[in-house]
Amino acid sequence: MKIKIVEEGFNPWQEIDSYQQAATDFAGKFGATNIFIGTMRDFNEGDEVKGMTLEHYPGMTEKHLADIVNEAMKQWAILDVLLIHRVGDLLPNQAIVLIAVWSTHRGDAFDSCRYMMEQLKSNAPFWKKEQLLEGNRWVSGNTDGYKKTKII
Amino acid sequence: MSIKVRYFASLREMLAKSEDFLEITQEITVAEVWEKVNPNKVMPDNTLIAVNMEYVSLTKNVNEGNEVAFFPPVTGG
Repeated sequence: MKIKIVEEGFNPWQEIDSYQQAATDFAGKFGATNIFIGTMRDFNEGDEVKGMTLEHYPGMTEKHLADIVNEAMKQWAILDVLLIHRVGDLLPNQAIVLIAVWSTHRGDAFDSCRYMMEQLKSNAPFWKKEQLLEGNRWVSGNTDGYKKTKII
Repeated sequence: MSIKVRYFASLREMLAKSEDFLEITQEITVAEVWEKVNPNKVMPDNTLIAVNMEYVSLTKNVNEGNEVAFFPPVTGG
């Protein structure tokens, strides 16, 4: 398991590749890898968003992310987890969060990845502040992770 | 007995401070901590509270050396 809070931009695809290449303990044992990558959009609630600042509570953040991953490892048969979350100043199209899960079969990878992401969204102490064309605003809450987007 | 109080995000901006240090002579609740360091300021309804980096309720008791944090709903990910 590896959890990182990073202040600089990261390439999630390179991180996954490097981690998997270096992980000798589960090489040959995994049949499923599930990946979630959260990326910064350039719009929110009808407004153009130029940038974002992600604040966090150092210490509590790391503790809660570890708790979330450990709980997932109790509930599902997971071989390994890589979790990276960005803090600081971000621009649209940059990765905010990565959760990669390796397991023997797909069900554990799919379900645990979603569980960890939903737990992170509702419990981990991060806060987003958006820079708009005119002024800044704090994001006041998360969208429903299970709500379906309407297809017109 | 001294405790550290921390504020984050919009609550930090609203209060125009990131931390307080409070001297106490006996155990007090988290709600009492707020009243002492922010007299005459109402805590926003949706405020989350942590003691030593664990979520707690307003009735949680605080002891010497504890770190109390107040912050708005989280929005990471």
